[in-house]
Amino acid sequence: MNGKLVKTIREAISLSGLRDGMTVSFHHHLRNGDYVLNQVMAEIAALGIRDLTVSASSLFDTHQPLTDHIRSGVVTGIQTNYMAAGIGREISRGILGKPVEFRTHGARASDIASGQVPIDVAFIAAPSADHMGNCSGKFGKSACGSLGYAYPDAMYAKKVVVITDNLVPYPLQGWSIPETNVDYVVPVEAIGNPAGIVSGTTRITRDPVGLVMASYAARVIEHSGLLKDGFSFQTGAGGASLAAADFLKKIMLEKGVQGSFGLGGITGYMVDMLQAGCFQSLLDVQCFDLKAVESIRSDPRHQEISALHYAGPSARSAVVDSLDVVILGATEIDTEFNVNVHTDSNGYIMGGSGGHSDTAAGAKLAMIIAPLFRARLPIVTDHVTCVSTPGRDIDVLVTQGGIAVNPKNGELRQRLLDAGLPIIEIQELKARAEGITGAPKRLPRGGREVARVLCRDGGQLDSIYHTPEEAE
Amino acid sequence: MRRSMLFLPGNTPNMLVNGAFLGADAVILDLEDAVAPSEKDAARVLVRNTIRYMDFRGCEVIVRINAVDSDFWQADLDEILPQKPDLILLPKSSSAQDVLAADAYIGQKEAALGFAPNTVRLMPLIETALGVENAFSIASACPRVAALFLGAEDLTADLRCQRTKAGREIEYARTRLVVAARAANVDVYDTPFTDVNDDEGIQTDAAYAKALGFTGKSSISPRHVEVINRVFSPTQKEIDYAYEVMDAIRLAKEQGRGAIALRGKMIDAPIVARAEQTIAAAREMGLGREDRA
Amino acid sequence: MTEIVRAASAGTLESSDAYVEIEPAGQGIEIQLESVVKGQFGESILAAVRETLAGCGVERARVTVSDRGALECVLRARVEAAVLRGRGDC
Repeated sequence: MNGKLVKTIREAISLSGLRDGMTVSFHHHLRNGDYVLNQVMAEIAALGIRDLTVSASSLFDTHQPLTDHIRSGVVTGIQTNYMAAGIGREISRGILGKPVEFRTHGARASDIASGQVPIDVAFIAAPSADHMGNCSGKFGKSACGSLGYAYPDAMYAKKVVVITDNLVPYPLQGWSIPETNVDYVVPVEAIGNPAGIVSGTTRITRDPVGLVMASYAARVIEHSGLLKDGFSFQTGAGGASLAAADFLKKIMLEKGVQGSFGLGGITGYMVDMLQAGCFQSLLDVQCFDLKAVESIRSDPRHQEISALHYAGPSARSAVVDSLDVVILGATEIDTEFNVNVHTDSNGYIMGGSGGHSDTAAGAKLAMIIAPLFRARLPIVTDHVTCVSTPGRDIDVLVTQGGIAVNPKNGELRQRLLDAGLPIIEIQELKARAEGITGAPKRLPRGGREVARVLCRDGGQLDSIYHTPEEAE
Repeated sequence: MRRSMLFLPGNTPNMLVNGAFLGADAVILDLEDAVAPSEKDAARVLVRNTIRYMDFRGCEVIVRINAVDSDFWQADLDEILPQKPDLILLPKSSSAQDVLAADAYIGQKEAALGFAPNTVRLMPLIETALGVENAFSIASACPRVAALFLGAEDLTADLRCQRTKAGREIEYARTRLVVAARAANVDVYDTPFTDVNDDEGIQTDAAYAKALGFTGKSSISPRHVEVINRVFSPTQKEIDYAYEVMDAIRLAKEQGRGAIALRGKMIDAPIVARAEQTIAAAREMGLGREDRA
Repeated sequence: MTEIVRAASAGTLESSDAYVEIEPAGQGIEIQLESVVKGQFGESILAAVRETLAGCGVERARVTVSDRGALECVLRARVEAAVLRGRGDC
């Protein structure tokens, strides 16, 4: 049978049976270069379908047209794990009637798998696919590497539409998502702008403060007691985090530590660590740069994993449960070690947990790297604007002004002290930062809930409230 | 203790306000080469405010003013001296007269401000051929001089040679400065290593400077600070040996012996002096025996 | 008293800096403030600008501050530098 191939996105939408009030889903491996979400939503709007919920693993500013669909009533609900600042600002101003539901990467996968968040039609942007729907992110002009976040959508949605700009003869070799899950395949001119999909290189910071923090971070890991054979590690793609990975690599090579695996969104720096022998394998749910894409394509030690395998709280086990150390960022952290990565200090949505809470909960050592102050805003506050990751899951805060250890970790604190690292109480860090910046006035928050931050294991962690236009 | 000195551009707030966090023993707030002529006025005010309001937390504050042959240096000092910086780095110091001109001006200001004489010390930056040849007379020009400082970039331009990573072209200037400074009993600091991304190069260069007798080394990159600090810190072995020397001397005194041997080697005055220096440095870093108790 | 006789500016629009413009005005001090931390520090920024102007002896001026999260010591320096550049006796 050859009935899966359809000519246009509109035809696929019609065939899928999409109706008012249903839920459509998207994955974000094409990041800010993605065309598919906008193409699909434009067709849906043209078909006159309304009152939809969009479930996207992440939303970027390239998806700004979504806000028009919200205003026109095509979209009335959003579920996502991350929302960039442009869309976030409009959501914060209250354009959506129902609060956005924020999950973690792991929780989204688990909730889709359990049927708690049913998806009617999933749209999979595929850098290569055959006409039966076997598809992969590793090949093609829009190659993005791993398709990890799309797996649960493909497996559990009622209908699955694969959209590709690289239709290859059947069967595609080295598929990630198999034809067994796919209902329709649509060839298009382009699924994304390669320049926005992966960066050429993700670069280590040259910011001096970032380097100081990175050096501290690497030394915290060195003296944590965890850096030994079998070590496992995840870090974000922020400049200071990458610099920390680079320092860590040197330490591992000097000490001859043979790590087990590197996890997460994978950058070229993690690939370097794999190739240098720091790890036996990389477990990759998303590639951040061309080097990572090349590596997952050609190196069998570099393996693609699904979002559920990465971090699903309902999975019988997920990789985060075996993780030793994760380095994470924060826009704010409070004296109870609660971390905000959802909003800026003015309360506007500009991010989301992604895998933040998942890895913090799983890792033996969850470390936040953040400067003492950004421009004039101190990082440490009495109460974060939004709790994204609860303080009980955070072990250490590294700043350029010293390292604060969560009081629950007395033993770690002692180890770091013995190593001569500058340990300081988190309250003292707050006082030092405010000594430099002055104490910021706490902003009044709006009365209306615009987003709910859900716990990775059920229930609600916090609410985000609307931010009224500044009175000028 | 000044092992590392880090240059920070004088008109860049983001760098200045983080100066205390970059791990250097001293920061050099730069009003000279890092600041365009049209921004000298604004940088002066900014640097003055930074010193006045920011807590540098044990990090020494040095200001590089403009050279005495410029139109800016007196205005620089007018603005900066009331904030009592630890040191003034005086660029293009080519003769004792250059240093004495700055010394006289600073002296007047100190008196007017009610500071004790020589509160603010001078560090001549030697970066001309003439300066190298006059190194000893510069170092001993007046009691305000605390150290000599080698600037290889301008010097090699003056020598009309290429500045290289290996630094053969500044070999003479380096050794000459060390000898002159030590003869005048002042400290001496090495020129920055300018390849920010060469981690091995900075290690080699700093180790060589230490081997020649430099007190410490300056840097234009925060990335180099950690290496410089490590290279110019006494090693645990050196510290342990220094304490052994001092113990042996105490014991000999108690027993009324004159000549003292340790591990079969006579301990003479230079060995004692070196041991004292090592212990002083170790104690400043919290690595002394007393600190471990 | 320091008279502002010409339009002048100081500072930059880089993060952690402020760009301050000053120009002559008929009477009094008029301040326009745009800041990334207006909510948290708006009042203290205005107070610091006024205090700095008063310290420089400026009683009449129109001042525009574009603040990129400058610490107070930086902000004050930029205001003062703008005054130095716009005043009459230089």
